[in-house]
Amino acid sequence: MTNGNNNAITLVAARAYQITAKLGNVDVLSNISIDFCRGGWTSIVGPNGAGKSTLLKVLAGLIPYTGTVELLGQPLQNLPAKQRARQLSWLGQSSGGLGESSADDLIAYDVTMLGRMPHQPWLASASQADHIAVEKALRSTQAWDWRGRPLGQLSAGERQRVLLARALAVEADVLLMDEPLANLDPPHQTDWLLLVKALVASGKTVISVLHEITFALQADDVVVMSAGRVVHQGACGDAASHRAIQAVFAERMTIHHIAGQWVALPKI
Amino acid sequence: MLLIVSCGLMWLGIAVGSTGFESLTNMQRDAQAMLIVRDIRLPRTVGAWLAGALLGLAGAVAQGLFRNPLADPYLLGSASGASLGVALAMVLFGVSPLAAQWALQLGLTGAAFLGAVAAVLLTLLLAKGVQHTLRLLLAGVVVGVVLGALTSLILLVNPAVMQAMQAFMLGSTAFMGWTACLLMALALLVCLMAAYMMSHVLDGLALGEATAQSLGLQLPQMRAALVAVLALATGTAVAQTGLIAFVGLAAPHLVRSVVKTTHGWLIILSGLTGAVLLVAADILARWSVAPQELPVGVLTAVLGGGYLLWLMHRHAHRQTGGGSGL
Repeated sequence: MTNGNNNAITLVAARAYQITAKLGNVDVLSNISIDFCRGGWTSIVGPNGAGKSTLLKVLAGLIPYTGTVELLGQPLQNLPAKQRARQLSWLGQSSGGLGESSADDLIAYDVTMLGRMPHQPWLASASQADHIAVEKALRSTQAWDWRGRPLGQLSAGERQRVLLARALAVEADVLLMDEPLANLDPPHQTDWLLLVKALVASGKTVISVLHEITFALQADDVVVMSAGRVVHQGACGDAASHRAIQAVFAERMTIHHIAGQWVALPKI
Repeated sequence: MLLIVSCGLMWLGIAVGSTGFESLTNMQRDAQAMLIVRDIRLPRTVGAWLAGALLGLAGAVAQGLFRNPLADPYLLGSASGASLGVALAMVLFGVSPLAAQWALQLGLTGAAFLGAVAAVLLTLLLAKGVQHTLRLLLAGVVVGVVLGALTSLILLVNPAVMQAMQAFMLGSTAFMGWTACLLMALALLVCLMAAYMMSHVLDGLALGEATAQSLGLQLPQMRAALVAVLALATGTAVAQTGLIAFVGLAAPHLVRSVVKTTHGWLIILSGLTGAVLLVAADILARWSVAPQELPVGVLTAVLGGGYLLWLMHRHAHRQTGGGSGL
Protein backbone atom coordinates (compact mmCIF):
# COMPACT_ATOMS: atom_id res chain seq x y z
CA MET A 1 0.00 0.00 0.00
CA THR A 2 2.96 2.35 0.36
CA ASN A 3 3.85 4.43 -2.58
CA GLY A 4 7.45 3.58 -3.29
CA ASN A 5 8.07 5.70 -6.36
CA ASN A 6 9.81 8.90 -5.42
CA ASN A 7 9.72 11.08 -8.47
CA ALA A 8 6.46 10.13 -10.07
CA ILE A 9 3.52 12.35 -9.17
CA THR A 10 1.26 10.48 -6.83
CA LEU A 11 -2.22 10.04 -8.15
CA VAL A 12 -3.66 9.65 -4.70
CA ALA A 13 -4.03 12.85 -2.70
CA ALA A 14 -5.02 11.17 0.54
CA ARG A 15 -5.23 7.53 1.45
CA ALA A 16 -6.83 6.02 4.51
CA TYR A 17 -5.98 2.40 5.20
CA GLN A 18 -7.72 0.27 7.82
CA ILE A 19 -8.70 3.28 9.86
CA THR A 20 -10.52 2.86 13.13
CA ALA A 21 -11.30 5.87 15.28
CA LYS A 22 -13.05 5.94 18.62
CA LEU A 23 -15.01 8.57 20.45
CA GLY A 24 -15.00 7.31 24.01
CA ASN A 25 -15.68 3.61 23.65
CA VAL A 26 -17.72 3.88 20.49
CA ASP A 27 -16.16 3.11 17.12
CA VAL A 28 -16.99 6.14 15.03
CA LEU A 29 -15.03 4.73 12.11
CA SER A 30 -14.61 0.98 11.76
CA ASN A 31 -11.84 -0.28 9.57
CA ILE A 32 -12.17 2.17 6.72
CA SER A 33 -9.90 1.99 3.67
CA ILE A 34 -10.32 4.59 0.98
CA ASP A 35 -8.33 6.56 -1.60
CA PHE A 36 -9.03 10.13 -2.65
CA CYS A 37 -7.90 10.90 -6.15
CA ARG A 38 -5.51 13.80 -6.70
CA GLY A 39 -6.68 16.85 -8.58
CA GLY A 40 -10.31 15.93 -8.15
CA TRP A 41 -13.26 16.89 -6.03
CA THR A 42 -14.77 14.22 -3.80
CA SER A 43 -17.92 14.73 -1.77
CA ILE A 44 -18.62 12.73 1.35
CA VAL A 45 -22.31 12.25 2.10
CA GLY A 46 -24.28 10.24 4.61
CA PRO A 47 -26.71 10.56 7.47
CA ASN A 48 -25.87 12.32 10.76
CA GLY A 49 -23.47 10.28 12.82
CA ALA A 50 -22.10 8.35 9.84
CA GLY A 51 -18.55 9.42 10.71
CA LYS A 52 -18.02 11.91 7.86
CA SER A 53 -16.50 14.68 9.97
CA THR A 54 -14.44 12.14 11.88
CA LEU A 55 -12.99 10.78 8.65
CA LEU A 56 -12.09 14.30 7.60
CA LYS A 57 -10.39 14.91 10.95
CA VAL A 58 -8.46 11.66 10.65
CA LEU A 59 -7.26 12.66 7.18
CA ALA A 60 -6.14 16.00 8.64
CA GLY A 61 -4.35 14.26 11.51
CA LEU A 62 -6.44 16.06 14.11
CA ILE A 63 -7.62 13.09 16.17
CA PRO A 64 -6.08 9.79 17.23
CA TYR A 65 -6.75 6.75 15.07
CA THR A 66 -5.39 3.31 14.34
CA GLY A 67 -4.37 2.45 10.80
CA THR A 68 -2.44 4.43 8.24
CA VAL A 69 -3.11 7.75 6.59
CA GLU A 70 -1.01 8.96 3.70
CA LEU A 71 -0.95 12.49 2.42
CA LEU A 72 0.41 12.93 -1.11
CA GLY A 73 2.22 9.61 -0.83
CA GLN A 74 3.78 10.18 2.59
CA PRO A 75 2.64 8.70 5.89
CA LEU A 76 0.88 11.49 7.75
CA GLN A 77 2.50 10.59 11.04
CA ASN A 78 5.99 11.13 9.62
CA LEU A 79 5.20 14.61 8.37
CA PRO A 80 6.31 17.52 10.54
CA ALA A 81 3.22 19.44 11.67
CA LYS A 82 4.13 22.58 9.81
CA GLN A 83 4.81 20.80 6.55
CA ARG A 84 1.52 18.95 6.84
CA ALA A 85 -0.22 22.27 7.49
CA ARG A 86 1.21 23.70 4.26
CA GLN A 87 0.02 20.74 2.21
CA LEU A 88 -3.37 20.28 3.77
CA SER A 89 -5.94 22.86 4.78
CA TRP A 90 -8.88 21.95 7.00
CA LEU A 91 -12.06 23.96 7.35
CA GLY A 92 -14.03 22.83 10.36
CA GLN A 93 -17.74 22.64 10.81
CA SER A 94 -18.90 26.09 11.80
CA SER A 95 -20.38 26.20 15.28
CA GLY A 96 -23.30 28.01 13.68
CA GLY A 97 -24.64 30.34 16.33
CA LEU A 98 -23.26 33.82 16.57
CA GLY A 99 -21.31 34.83 19.59
CA GLU A 100 -20.07 31.31 20.17
CA SER A 101 -16.58 31.95 19.04
CA SER A 102 -13.66 33.37 20.91
CA ALA A 103 -12.57 34.77 17.56
CA ASP A 104 -15.26 37.46 17.82
CA ASP A 105 -12.66 40.07 18.62
CA LEU A 106 -10.38 39.20 15.73
CA ILE A 107 -10.55 41.21 12.54
CA ALA A 108 -11.47 39.34 9.36
CA TYR A 109 -8.14 40.20 7.75
CA ASP A 110 -6.18 38.90 10.74
CA VAL A 111 -8.27 35.73 10.80
CA THR A 112 -7.48 35.10 7.15
CA MET A 113 -3.81 35.82 7.82
CA LEU A 114 -3.83 32.93 10.30
CA GLY A 115 -4.04 30.69 7.27
CA ARG A 116 -0.54 31.84 6.38
CA MET A 117 0.88 30.63 9.67
CA PRO A 118 2.28 27.39 8.20
CA HIS A 119 4.28 29.49 5.72
CA GLN A 120 5.68 31.95 8.23
CA PRO A 121 8.87 31.39 10.18
CA TRP A 122 8.40 31.83 13.91
CA LEU A 123 8.12 35.47 14.96
CA ALA A 124 8.44 36.69 11.39
CA SER A 125 5.94 39.29 10.31
CA ALA A 126 3.75 38.77 7.27
CA SER A 127 5.57 38.88 3.95
CA GLN A 128 4.40 40.42 0.71
CA ALA A 129 3.40 36.96 -0.49
CA ASP A 130 1.29 36.50 2.64
CA HIS A 131 -0.58 39.73 2.06
CA ILE A 132 -1.17 38.82 -1.58
CA ALA A 133 -2.51 35.40 -0.64
CA VAL A 134 -4.81 36.87 2.00
CA GLU A 135 -6.22 39.46 -0.37
CA LYS A 136 -6.76 36.84 -3.06
CA ALA A 137 -8.53 34.54 -0.61
CA LEU A 138 -10.78 37.25 0.79
CA ARG A 139 -11.70 38.47 -2.68
CA SER A 140 -12.48 34.96 -3.89
CA THR A 141 -15.07 34.53 -1.13
CA GLN A 142 -16.39 38.07 -1.58
CA ALA A 143 -15.30 38.92 1.94
CA TRP A 144 -12.77 41.62 1.03
CA ASP A 145 -15.21 44.43 1.77
CA TRP A 146 -15.38 43.65 5.46
CA ARG A 147 -11.76 42.72 5.96
CA GLY A 148 -11.47 45.38 8.66
CA ARG A 149 -14.43 44.21 10.72
CA PRO A 150 -14.23 41.88 13.70
CA LEU A 151 -15.91 38.49 13.27
CA GLY A 152 -18.29 39.28 16.11
CA GLN A 153 -19.92 41.94 13.94
CA LEU A 154 -20.53 39.68 10.95
CA SER A 155 -23.55 37.55 10.15
CA ALA A 156 -23.19 33.77 10.24
CA GLY A 157 -22.88 33.61 6.45
CA GLU A 158 -20.37 36.43 6.28
CA ARG A 159 -18.36 34.81 9.02
CA GLN A 160 -18.38 31.51 7.14
CA ARG A 161 -16.98 33.26 4.08
CA VAL A 162 -14.13 34.68 6.16
CA LEU A 163 -13.38 31.24 7.59
CA LEU A 164 -13.45 29.83 4.08
CA ALA A 165 -10.99 32.53 3.01
CA ARG A 166 -8.80 31.53 5.96
CA ALA A 167 -8.74 27.95 4.66
CA LEU A 168 -7.98 29.13 1.11
CA ALA A 169 -5.17 31.42 2.26
CA VAL A 170 -3.12 28.35 3.22
CA GLU A 171 -2.82 27.66 -0.53
CA ALA A 172 -2.55 23.97 0.29
CA ASP A 173 -2.69 21.26 -2.34
CA VAL A 174 -5.38 19.38 -0.46
CA LEU A 175 -8.42 21.12 1.00
CA LEU A 176 -10.73 19.40 3.46
CA MET A 177 -14.01 21.19 4.11
CA ASP A 178 -16.62 20.16 6.61
CA GLU A 179 -20.07 21.46 5.64
CA PRO A 180 -18.70 24.57 3.95
CA LEU A 181 -22.15 25.61 2.73
CA ALA A 182 -23.56 25.99 6.21
CA ASN A 183 -25.09 29.45 6.67
CA LEU A 184 -24.38 30.52 3.09
CA ASP A 185 -27.22 32.02 1.08
CA PRO A 186 -27.98 30.58 -2.40
CA PRO A 187 -25.84 33.03 -4.41
CA HIS A 188 -22.86 32.37 -2.18
CA GLN A 189 -23.46 28.63 -2.29
CA THR A 190 -23.18 28.94 -6.05
CA ASP A 191 -20.06 31.06 -5.65
CA TRP A 192 -18.57 28.37 -3.45
CA LEU A 193 -19.35 25.78 -6.14
CA LEU A 194 -17.60 27.84 -8.81
CA LEU A 195 -14.69 28.44 -6.47
CA VAL A 196 -14.19 24.72 -5.84
CA LYS A 197 -14.43 23.95 -9.54
CA ALA A 198 -11.77 26.59 -10.22
CA LEU A 199 -9.55 25.16 -7.46
CA VAL A 200 -9.84 21.67 -8.88
CA ALA A 201 -9.18 22.96 -12.40
CA SER A 202 -5.95 24.48 -11.09
CA GLY A 203 -4.84 21.10 -9.79
CA LYS A 204 -5.97 21.23 -6.16
CA THR A 205 -7.70 18.36 -4.43
CA VAL A 206 -10.93 19.10 -2.60
CA ILE A 207 -12.66 16.73 -0.19
CA SER A 208 -15.89 18.07 1.22
CA VAL A 209 -18.52 16.80 3.61
CA LEU A 210 -21.87 18.04 2.34
CA HIS A 211 -25.48 17.64 3.38
CA GLU A 212 -26.72 19.42 0.28
CA ILE A 213 -26.86 16.36 -2.01
CA THR A 214 -27.50 18.45 -5.10
CA PHE A 215 -24.24 20.28 -4.48
CA ALA A 216 -22.43 17.09 -3.51
CA LEU A 217 -23.37 15.58 -6.87
CA GLN A 218 -21.53 18.40 -8.67
CA ALA A 219 -18.29 16.79 -7.56
CA ASP A 220 -16.27 14.24 -9.52
CA ASP A 221 -16.62 11.44 -7.01
CA VAL A 222 -18.97 10.74 -4.16
CA VAL A 223 -18.23 8.71 -1.04
CA VAL A 224 -21.31 7.40 0.75
CA MET A 225 -20.93 6.68 4.46
CA SER A 226 -23.18 5.07 7.00
CA ALA A 227 -22.60 3.97 10.59
CA GLY A 228 -18.83 4.41 10.52
CA ARG A 229 -18.28 2.61 7.23
CA VAL A 230 -17.84 3.56 3.60
CA VAL A 231 -20.69 1.87 1.80
CA HIS A 232 -19.98 3.21 -1.68
CA GLN A 233 -17.49 5.22 -3.67
CA GLY A 234 -18.10 6.12 -7.28
CA ALA A 235 -18.58 8.81 -9.91
CA CYS A 236 -21.31 11.33 -9.20
CA GLY A 237 -23.07 10.52 -12.44
CA ASP A 238 -23.29 6.77 -11.82
CA ALA A 239 -26.66 5.23 -11.20
CA ALA A 240 -25.04 2.98 -8.59
CA SER A 241 -23.92 6.07 -6.65
CA HIS A 242 -27.42 7.47 -6.72
CA ARG A 243 -28.88 4.19 -5.49
CA ALA A 244 -26.35 4.11 -2.63
CA ILE A 245 -27.20 7.67 -1.60
CA GLN A 246 -30.93 7.01 -1.68
CA ALA A 247 -30.41 3.85 0.34
CA VAL A 248 -28.42 5.46 3.18
CA PHE A 249 -31.04 8.18 3.44
CA ALA A 250 -33.73 5.51 3.87
CA GLU A 251 -35.20 6.25 0.43
CA ARG A 252 -36.55 9.52 1.79
CA MET A 253 -35.13 11.40 -1.21
CA THR A 254 -34.74 10.76 -4.90
CA ILE A 255 -32.15 11.91 -7.43
CA HIS A 256 -33.25 13.28 -10.78
CA HIS A 257 -31.56 14.66 -13.85
CA ILE A 258 -32.88 18.17 -14.41
CA ALA A 259 -31.45 20.81 -16.74
CA GLY A 260 -28.18 18.91 -17.13
CA GLN A 261 -27.60 18.57 -13.37
CA TRP A 262 -28.24 15.88 -10.81
CA VAL A 263 -30.79 17.13 -8.32
CA ALA A 264 -31.88 15.59 -5.03
CA LEU A 265 -35.52 16.05 -4.14
CA PRO A 266 -37.38 15.09 -0.99
CA LYS A 267 -39.70 12.12 -1.45
CA ILE A 268 -43.15 13.06 -0.22
CA MET B 1 -0.71 56.84 25.02
CA LEU B 2 -0.78 54.31 27.82
CA LEU B 3 2.90 54.95 28.40
CA ILE B 4 2.29 58.67 28.78
CA VAL B 5 -0.55 58.01 31.21
CA SER B 6 1.77 55.66 33.08
CA CYS B 7 4.37 58.39 33.46
CA GLY B 8 1.77 60.89 34.61
CA LEU B 9 0.38 58.49 37.17
CA MET B 10 3.85 57.56 38.29
CA TRP B 11 4.49 61.23 39.06
CA LEU B 12 1.22 61.44 40.90
CA GLY B 13 2.04 58.22 42.71
CA ILE B 14 5.22 59.60 44.22
CA ALA B 15 3.50 62.88 45.05
CA VAL B 16 0.70 61.38 47.11
CA GLY B 17 1.41 60.38 50.69
CA SER B 18 0.93 61.23 54.32
CA THR B 19 3.48 64.00 54.21
CA GLY B 20 1.89 65.43 51.14
CA PHE B 21 3.30 66.94 48.04
CA GLU B 22 5.97 68.88 49.91
CA SER B 23 8.09 65.78 50.26
CA LEU B 24 8.61 65.85 46.57
CA THR B 25 9.43 69.52 46.27
CA ASN B 26 11.69 69.47 49.29
CA MET B 27 13.45 66.34 48.17
CA GLN B 28 16.65 68.11 47.19
CA ARG B 29 17.09 69.78 50.55
CA ASP B 30 15.38 67.47 52.98
CA ALA B 31 16.98 64.08 53.52
CA GLN B 32 13.89 62.66 55.16
CA ALA B 33 11.68 63.74 52.31
CA MET B 34 14.16 62.17 49.95
CA LEU B 35 13.92 58.94 51.90
CA ILE B 36 10.15 58.94 51.85
CA VAL B 37 9.98 59.47 48.13
CA ARG B 38 12.84 57.17 47.20
CA ASP B 39 12.24 54.24 49.49
CA ILE B 40 8.50 54.29 50.10
CA ARG B 41 6.49 56.09 47.47
CA LEU B 42 8.58 55.35 44.43
CA PRO B 43 9.00 51.59 44.91
CA ARG B 44 5.36 51.32 45.86
CA THR B 45 4.22 53.09 42.73
CA VAL B 46 6.65 51.24 40.49
CA GLY B 47 5.59 48.02 42.20
CA ALA B 48 1.92 48.71 41.61
CA TRP B 49 2.69 49.38 37.97
CA LEU B 50 4.61 46.11 37.62
CA ALA B 51 2.04 44.03 39.49
CA GLY B 52 -0.75 45.52 37.42
CA ALA B 53 1.18 44.77 34.24
CA LEU B 54 1.73 41.17 35.33
CA LEU B 55 -1.97 40.73 36.10
CA GLY B 56 -3.10 42.37 32.88
CA LEU B 57 -0.75 40.22 30.84
CA ALA B 58 -1.85 37.09 32.69
CA GLY B 59 -5.48 37.99 32.08
CA ALA B 60 -4.93 38.28 28.34
CA VAL B 61 -3.08 34.96 28.28
CA ALA B 62 -5.73 33.22 30.40
CA GLN B 63 -8.62 34.46 28.28
CA GLY B 64 -6.89 33.40 25.10
CA LEU B 65 -5.76 30.05 26.44
CA PHE B 66 -9.13 29.09 27.89
CA ARG B 67 -11.01 30.66 25.01
CA ASN B 68 -13.22 32.27 27.56
CA PRO B 69 -13.62 36.01 27.99
CA LEU B 70 -14.43 35.52 31.67
CA ALA B 71 -11.20 33.70 32.39
CA ASP B 72 -9.30 35.27 35.23
CA PRO B 73 -5.56 35.01 35.86
CA TYR B 74 -6.29 33.42 39.26
CA LEU B 75 -8.19 30.65 37.49
CA LEU B 76 -5.66 27.93 38.12
CA GLY B 77 -5.89 28.34 41.87
CA SER B 78 -2.88 30.58 42.33
CA ALA B 79 -4.77 33.10 44.46
CA SER B 80 -6.15 30.60 46.95
CA GLY B 81 -2.80 28.81 46.99
CA ALA B 82 -1.04 32.05 47.86
CA SER B 83 -3.56 32.78 50.61
CA LEU B 84 -3.09 29.36 52.10
CA GLY B 85 0.67 29.74 51.90
CA VAL B 86 0.51 33.03 53.78
CA ALA B 87 -1.91 31.72 56.38
CA LEU B 88 0.25 28.66 56.99
CA ALA B 89 3.39 30.76 57.27
CA MET B 90 1.74 33.09 59.76
CA VAL B 91 0.62 30.23 61.93
CA LEU B 92 3.70 28.06 61.69
CA PHE B 93 6.26 30.78 62.26
CA GLY B 94 4.10 32.67 64.67
CA VAL B 95 4.32 35.73 62.55
CA SER B 96 2.31 38.47 64.06
CA PRO B 97 1.51 41.70 62.30
CA LEU B 98 3.80 43.43 64.78
CA ALA B 99 6.85 41.37 63.90
CA ALA B 100 9.78 42.95 62.17
CA GLN B 101 8.35 44.28 58.95
CA TRP B 102 11.06 43.22 56.57
CA ALA B 103 11.57 39.70 57.78
CA LEU B 104 7.85 39.23 57.82
CA GLN B 105 7.37 40.55 54.35
CA LEU B 106 10.14 38.42 52.91
CA GLY B 107 8.85 35.24 54.56
CA LEU B 108 5.26 35.88 53.59
CA THR B 109 6.14 36.74 50.03
CA GLY B 110 8.04 33.49 49.70
CA ALA B 111 5.18 31.55 51.26
CA ALA B 112 2.66 33.20 48.96
CA PHE B 113 4.71 32.44 45.88
CA LEU B 114 5.27 28.83 46.90
CA GLY B 115 1.59 28.48 47.71
CA ALA B 116 0.58 29.89 44.34
CA VAL B 117 2.93 27.61 42.44
CA ALA B 118 1.89 24.57 44.49
CA ALA B 119 -1.78 25.30 43.85
CA VAL B 120 -1.22 25.58 40.10
CA LEU B 121 0.71 22.30 40.14
CA LEU B 122 -2.12 20.69 42.09
CA THR B 123 -4.61 21.95 39.54
CA LEU B 124 -2.50 20.53 36.73
CA LEU B 125 -2.23 17.23 38.57
CA LEU B 126 -6.00 17.02 39.06
CA ALA B 127 -6.63 17.95 35.44
CA LYS B 128 -4.07 15.34 34.34
CA GLY B 129 -2.06 17.86 32.39
CA VAL B 130 -2.87 20.94 30.40
CA GLN B 131 -4.45 19.41 27.33
CA HIS B 132 -8.09 19.41 28.33
CA THR B 133 -9.09 23.01 28.90
CA LEU B 134 -12.46 22.36 30.47
CA ARG B 135 -10.96 19.87 32.90
CA LEU B 136 -8.27 22.43 33.72
CA LEU B 137 -10.93 25.05 34.45
CA LEU B 138 -12.91 22.72 36.69
CA ALA B 139 -9.80 21.54 38.51
CA GLY B 140 -8.86 25.18 39.07
CA VAL B 141 -12.26 25.87 40.59
CA VAL B 142 -12.05 22.80 42.82
CA VAL B 143 -8.54 23.69 44.00
CA GLY B 144 -9.67 27.27 44.62
CA VAL B 145 -12.63 26.22 46.73
CA VAL B 146 -10.82 23.55 48.72
CA LEU B 147 -7.74 25.66 49.45
CA GLY B 148 -10.01 28.57 50.32
CA ALA B 149 -11.83 26.38 52.81
CA LEU B 150 -8.52 25.22 54.29
CA THR B 151 -7.43 28.83 54.71
CA SER B 152 -10.69 29.65 56.46
CA LEU B 153 -10.22 26.68 58.74
CA ILE B 154 -6.72 27.79 59.68
CA LEU B 155 -7.99 31.27 60.41
CA LEU B 156 -10.80 29.90 62.50
CA VAL B 157 -8.40 27.90 64.64
CA ASN B 158 -5.93 30.76 64.89
CA PRO B 159 -7.94 33.93 65.15
CA ALA B 160 -4.77 35.83 66.02
CA VAL B 161 -3.58 35.88 62.44
CA MET B 162 -6.98 36.87 61.13
CA GLN B 163 -6.25 40.56 60.98
CA ALA B 164 -2.88 40.26 59.33
CA MET B 165 -4.36 37.80 56.90
CA GLN B 166 -7.10 40.19 56.02
CA ALA B 167 -4.60 42.72 54.74
CA PHE B 168 -3.25 40.13 52.37
CA MET B 169 -6.65 38.97 51.19
CA LEU B 170 -7.71 42.50 50.39
CA GLY B 171 -4.58 43.19 48.43
CA SER B 172 -2.16 45.94 49.21
CA THR B 173 0.69 47.69 47.51
CA ALA B 174 1.93 49.19 50.76
CA PHE B 175 4.82 46.89 51.55
CA MET B 176 6.67 46.70 48.30
CA GLY B 177 10.32 47.64 48.34
CA TRP B 178 12.91 47.78 45.64
CA THR B 179 13.62 44.03 45.91
CA ALA B 180 10.00 43.28 45.15
CA CYS B 181 10.13 45.65 42.20
CA LEU B 182 13.22 43.98 40.85
CA LEU B 183 11.64 40.54 41.16
CA MET B 184 8.47 41.64 39.43
CA ALA B 185 10.37 43.45 36.70
CA LEU B 186 12.30 40.27 35.95
CA ALA B 187 9.13 38.17 35.95
CA LEU B 188 7.39 40.71 33.74
CA LEU B 189 10.24 40.73 31.26
CA VAL B 190 10.29 36.93 31.03
CA CYS B 191 6.49 36.60 30.85
CA LEU B 192 6.08 39.38 28.33
CA MET B 193 8.69 37.96 25.98
CA ALA B 194 7.40 34.41 26.30
CA ALA B 195 3.76 35.40 25.92
CA TYR B 196 4.50 37.61 22.93
CA MET B 197 6.45 34.84 21.26
CA MET B 198 3.52 32.48 21.70
CA SER B 199 0.79 34.97 20.89
CA HIS B 200 0.20 33.40 17.48
CA VAL B 201 -0.86 30.23 19.30
CA LEU B 202 -3.58 32.18 21.08
CA ASP B 203 -4.71 33.64 17.75
CA GLY B 204 -4.94 30.16 16.29
CA LEU B 205 -6.76 28.84 19.34
CA ALA B 206 -9.39 31.54 18.92
CA LEU B 207 -10.55 29.66 15.82
CA GLY B 208 -10.86 26.44 17.79
CA GLU B 209 -8.42 23.79 18.88
CA ALA B 210 -8.78 21.67 15.76
CA THR B 211 -8.16 24.61 13.46
CA ALA B 212 -5.15 25.66 15.52
CA GLN B 213 -3.81 22.14 15.24
CA SER B 214 -4.49 22.04 11.51
CA LEU B 215 -2.34 25.15 11.16
CA GLY B 216 0.62 23.12 12.35
CA LEU B 217 0.78 24.48 15.89
CA GLN B 218 2.29 22.17 18.49
CA LEU B 219 -0.53 22.65 20.95
CA PRO B 220 0.63 20.38 23.79
CA GLN B 221 3.99 22.08 24.22
CA MET B 222 2.65 25.57 23.61
CA ARG B 223 -0.17 25.12 26.07
CA ALA B 224 2.20 23.92 28.76
CA ALA B 225 4.44 26.94 28.15
CA LEU B 226 1.50 29.34 28.31
CA VAL B 227 0.31 27.82 31.58
CA ALA B 228 3.83 28.30 32.93
CA VAL B 229 3.73 31.98 31.93
CA LEU B 230 0.34 32.31 33.58
CA ALA B 231 1.55 30.71 36.79
CA LEU B 232 4.74 32.78 36.95
CA ALA B 233 2.97 36.07 36.29
CA THR B 234 0.12 35.56 38.76
CA GLY B 235 2.32 33.87 41.36
CA THR B 236 4.77 36.77 41.35
CA ALA B 237 2.10 39.44 41.46
CA VAL B 238 -0.02 37.77 44.11
CA ALA B 239 3.01 37.13 46.29
CA GLN B 240 3.89 40.83 46.37
CA THR B 241 0.51 42.47 46.51
CA GLY B 242 -1.98 39.93 47.80
CA LEU B 243 -5.25 39.37 46.05
CA ILE B 244 -5.89 42.25 43.71
CA ALA B 245 -9.23 41.57 42.14
CA PHE B 246 -10.44 42.26 38.64
CA VAL B 247 -7.37 43.97 37.18
CA GLY B 248 -6.44 40.84 35.23
CA LEU B 249 -10.01 40.23 34.18
CA ALA B 250 -10.84 43.79 33.21
CA ALA B 251 -7.63 44.91 31.49
CA PRO B 252 -8.02 42.71 28.35
CA HIS B 253 -11.69 43.69 28.09
CA LEU B 254 -10.80 47.33 28.31
CA VAL B 255 -8.27 46.89 25.51
CA ARG B 256 -10.66 44.92 23.32
CA SER B 257 -13.42 47.44 23.72
CA VAL B 258 -11.12 50.08 22.29
CA VAL B 259 -9.12 48.21 19.69
CA LYS B 260 -9.53 44.87 17.93
CA THR B 261 -6.16 43.30 17.50
CA THR B 262 -4.29 40.02 17.48
CA HIS B 263 -3.00 38.56 20.72
CA GLY B 264 0.54 39.90 20.30
CA TRP B 265 -0.65 43.46 20.79
CA LEU B 266 -3.45 42.45 23.09
CA ILE B 267 -0.94 41.00 25.53
CA ILE B 268 1.25 44.10 25.50
CA LEU B 269 -1.66 46.52 25.71
CA SER B 270 -3.38 44.50 28.45
CA GLY B 271 -0.16 44.60 30.45
CA LEU B 272 0.06 48.37 30.09
CA THR B 273 -3.63 48.79 30.85
CA GLY B 274 -3.38 46.60 33.93
CA ALA B 275 -0.40 48.65 35.06
CA VAL B 276 -2.23 51.94 34.60
CA LEU B 277 -5.33 50.57 36.31
CA LEU B 278 -3.48 49.39 39.38
CA VAL B 279 -1.36 52.52 39.77
CA ALA B 280 -4.48 54.65 39.39
CA ALA B 281 -6.36 52.52 41.89
CA ASP B 282 -3.42 52.69 44.28
CA ILE B 283 -3.28 56.47 44.11
CA LEU B 284 -7.02 56.67 44.59
CA ALA B 285 -6.82 54.29 47.54
CA ARG B 286 -4.22 56.48 49.21
CA TRP B 287 -5.85 59.74 48.33
CA SER B 288 -9.54 59.27 48.84
CA VAL B 289 -9.53 58.81 52.60
CA ALA B 290 -6.10 60.29 53.39
CA PRO B 291 -4.34 60.09 55.76
CA GLN B 292 -6.00 56.66 56.03
CA GLU B 293 -5.73 54.15 53.21
CA LEU B 294 -8.24 51.98 51.49
CA PRO B 295 -6.98 48.49 50.63
CA VAL B 296 -6.32 48.76 46.92
CA GLY B 297 -7.86 45.33 46.30
CA VAL B 298 -11.20 46.60 47.55
CA LEU B 299 -11.01 49.54 45.23
CA THR B 300 -10.11 47.46 42.16
CA ALA B 301 -12.91 45.04 42.98
CA VAL B 302 -15.48 47.81 43.18
CA LEU B 303 -14.23 49.70 40.13
CA GLY B 304 -13.48 46.61 38.06
CA GLY B 305 -16.78 44.99 38.96
CA GLY B 306 -18.66 48.13 38.08
CA TYR B 307 -16.83 48.42 34.79
CA LEU B 308 -17.58 44.82 33.80
CA LEU B 309 -21.22 45.27 34.68
CA TRP B 310 -21.38 48.35 32.50
CA LEU B 311 -19.64 46.47 29.67
CA MET B 312 -22.12 43.62 30.02
CA HIS B 313 -25.05 45.98 29.77
CA ARG B 314 -23.63 47.70 26.74
CA HIS B 315 -23.15 44.33 25.09
CA ALA B 316 -26.67 43.22 25.97
CA HIS B 317 -28.04 46.36 24.36
CA ARG B 318 -25.96 46.15 21.24
CA GLN B 319 -26.38 42.45 20.58
CA THR B 320 -29.89 41.27 20.19
CA GLY B 321 -28.99 37.92 18.66
CA GLY B 322 -27.09 36.40 21.55
CA GLY B 323 -24.64 37.48 24.16
CA SER B 324 -20.96 37.16 23.71
CA GLY B 325 -17.71 38.99 24.03
CA LEU B 326 -18.36 38.80 27.69
